[in-house]
Amino acid sequence: MTHLSRRELLRSAALAGIALPALSACATPSGGASPAAPAAGVTSAANPLGLVDSRPLEIWIFDGGFGDAYAKNIHEPLVKARFPKLEIKHNTTKEIAKTLQPRFAGGNPPEFINNSGANAMDFGALVQDGLLADLTPLYDAPSWDDPAVKVRDTINPAAIELGSYDGKPYVMNYASTVWGIWYSQKLFEAEGWQPPRTWQEFLDLCETIKKAGKIAPFTYAGKHPFYIYETILTLAAKIGGKDVLKNIDNLEDGAWKAEPVTQAATAFVELGAKYLLQGTAGLDHVQTQTAHNKGQVAMLPCGSWLENEQKDSTPADFGYAMFPLPDFGSSDALPYGTLHSRPGEEYVVPAKSANPQAGLEYMRAMLSKEGAGKFMELVSTLTVVKGAGEGRTLKPGLQSASAALAAAGDNVVWFLFRKWYVEMHDEVAAASGQLMNGKLTVAQWADRAQRKADSIKNDSSVKKFTR
Amino acid sequence: MNHGRTRFVTGFLSIPVALYLIYVIAPYAQAFYIALTDWRGVTATPRFVGLENFRRLLDDDVFWRAVGHNLLLLVLMPLLTVTIALFFAFLLNAGGRGGTGGVWGSKFYRVVFFFPQVLAVAVVAVLFQQVFRPDRSGMLNAPLMALGFEPIGFLSDTGVALWAILGVLVWQAVGFYVVLFSAGIASIPRDLFEAAAIDGAGGAQLFLRITLPLLWDTIQVGWVYLGIAAMDVFAVVWVMTAEQGGPDHSTTVMAAEVYRTAFGYFKFGYASAMGVVLFFFTIGFAALALRLSRRERIEF
Repeated sequence: MTHLSRRELLRSAALAGIALPALSACATPSGGASPAAPAAGVTSAANPLGLVDSRPLEIWIFDGGFGDAYAKNIHEPLVKARFPKLEIKHNTTKEIAKTLQPRFAGGNPPEFINNSGANAMDFGALVQDGLLADLTPLYDAPSWDDPAVKVRDTINPAAIELGSYDGKPYVMNYASTVWGIWYSQKLFEAEGWQPPRTWQEFLDLCETIKKAGKIAPFTYAGKHPFYIYETILTLAAKIGGKDVLKNIDNLEDGAWKAEPVTQAATAFVELGAKYLLQGTAGLDHVQTQTAHNKGQVAMLPCGSWLENEQKDSTPADFGYAMFPLPDFGSSDALPYGTLHSRPGEEYVVPAKSANPQAGLEYMRAMLSKEGAGKFMELVSTLTVVKGAGEGRTLKPGLQSASAALAAAGDNVVWFLFRKWYVEMHDEVAAASGQLMNGKLTVAQWADRAQRKADSIKNDSSVKKFTR
Repeated sequence: MNHGRTRFVTGFLSIPVALYLIYVIAPYAQAFYIALTDWRGVTATPRFVGLENFRRLLDDDVFWRAVGHNLLLLVLMPLLTVTIALFFAFLLNAGGRGGTGGVWGSKFYRVVFFFPQVLAVAVVAVLFQQVFRPDRSGMLNAPLMALGFEPIGFLSDTGVALWAILGVLVWQAVGFYVVLFSAGIASIPRDLFEAAAIDGAGGAQLFLRITLPLLWDTIQVGWVYLGIAAMDVFAVVWVMTAEQGGPDHSTTVMAAEVYRTAFGYFKFGYASAMGVVLFFFTIGFAALALRLSRRERIEF
């Protein structure tokens, strides 16, 4: 029997204290080789990606506008039905980066992440460091519904293109967002107002609404000026063509000072000076959207998630609908109906997770007709899966967005710097807020955006992307 | 014998010292090292870039604005808080007739003043977001708008936002210092006040000639605390302001920039460099404050 004297006890405690520093290494990037991606299982017709069902599939869903019910009630049961032995661990968070970034740094990321929201991880940083799984095997795999058709051929090709970095797909874009100016069909019909087709009609409509005196013509989420710079850039693209936005994304010299950008910004400054809801600058998106629902303001720019986000506070007969930005002038480079829309809502499979094939398989299930169609109905948004809405009942706002997107055809524009260079997004947003409040001139606004673009261009620690 | 005692003490102290090294000193050391890399927070192998981050920091307008805001708060927040708290504490304790007690209802006020202290910082920030709302639902703007005035953009006007933040900080801090100074005043012998009152001193004289000098030690302690609090206004700024430190960087502070750079832009190396600068600012302030507060005690 060992009997510890008091002194021996203290001595061993001291030794334990000395041993502890080894633990402190956890906080810093730990050196050493990272483990190679685990081998795939046997592939078969039923399991084309070679998922190993003895290892769990850990899923992280961003709890935002879409909630997480779609994963729990639609996609997970879908996968579970085909792979009954696979254990699915469902997780949800509003703080993706805070929760998962340490796990990347620690080398044990989960299998599937919905990297979204204000606290999403930086895709650029993840791709730069090779931490995301290449999605090529997924897109080349047979589709969930028809083994004769590849997944690649069942979805909007822009979704693959936009999720690619230097030509390789790493990010699956699932939902398609359509941006536009939103209004209440009920209100417009009651007042005899028409969605404008030209900028002059737009200004006239604002004037009519203002004169009526009951309701403010226009607002945007002043606390999140992204909503207004999104509109400015879309109008700029309509005036000057798709290259206007491409140059901005590619950090071209003087891209922000191009004439169409200036024209669009000037147009919105004039609109803002006369027709904004009082207090707009200090309101956030929920507050402006609530004002819209309460009939305090007639129009606001937003994306097609609006209807779903507001579903609990919208009057039943409100009748959400959207119209595309009106024609600015007769020399617009892109025709009436041009929309800002792009596949969005990103999902990734970390390359160094324990069972990446399961993450890819889960994506394959999401891209099935059933997975996408039910998702569309539940969260009222379009998906990148072709024909997913067939036979589904859509809410009026989604119908309107869907029709606008169909009418736009190829005249769809987008910009990506918001994802690629978050810093630039923040700077443009901050400057745009000041622009709308009359604290900056259009020239000063463009200067600031350009200066930020130039500084990112010269920052060796930030990986650059082009499109 | 003596040898054994040394070993005993060493053994006993080694655990807390080790814990301190691991959980306090080591993270600092790591931050200093990360500041010399361009680590983006997701890899295991950061690239060493030397003092590049610090060089870039010199040209970072936004960071220097944040430093400016911190310095402004460092001066104004303690000044306003101490002044107001002193005034209240004096009224509560010696503001009555003849300097012998507080004003009428002082027991009630004592409790009310302390209320804000009980609320969590995040709650205070959310609360004031609503108070400052620039539409008819805003507590301050509703009456203005009802009278036909333009609403004030407390949090949306770049010229006003920082002052609104300062107001909230002072509002929250005053209660605690009222209590602290009350305790200080209570320890001043009553007869001093009575004697002065009999000699014909009024309220102002009682305050300036008796309360203030005898309370000096307590005020200095409060000053140091408030200075540290002013360096640490991150939570209020982050929760309350648009664009978290906005609009247009008009309310941002050093800690907010560190957080944004690290968790918004994933530039952990650059953010650590900011953190190192913040570290030296804080250490500098603490050293200065401790030095200035060295003073002879007054014996009653």
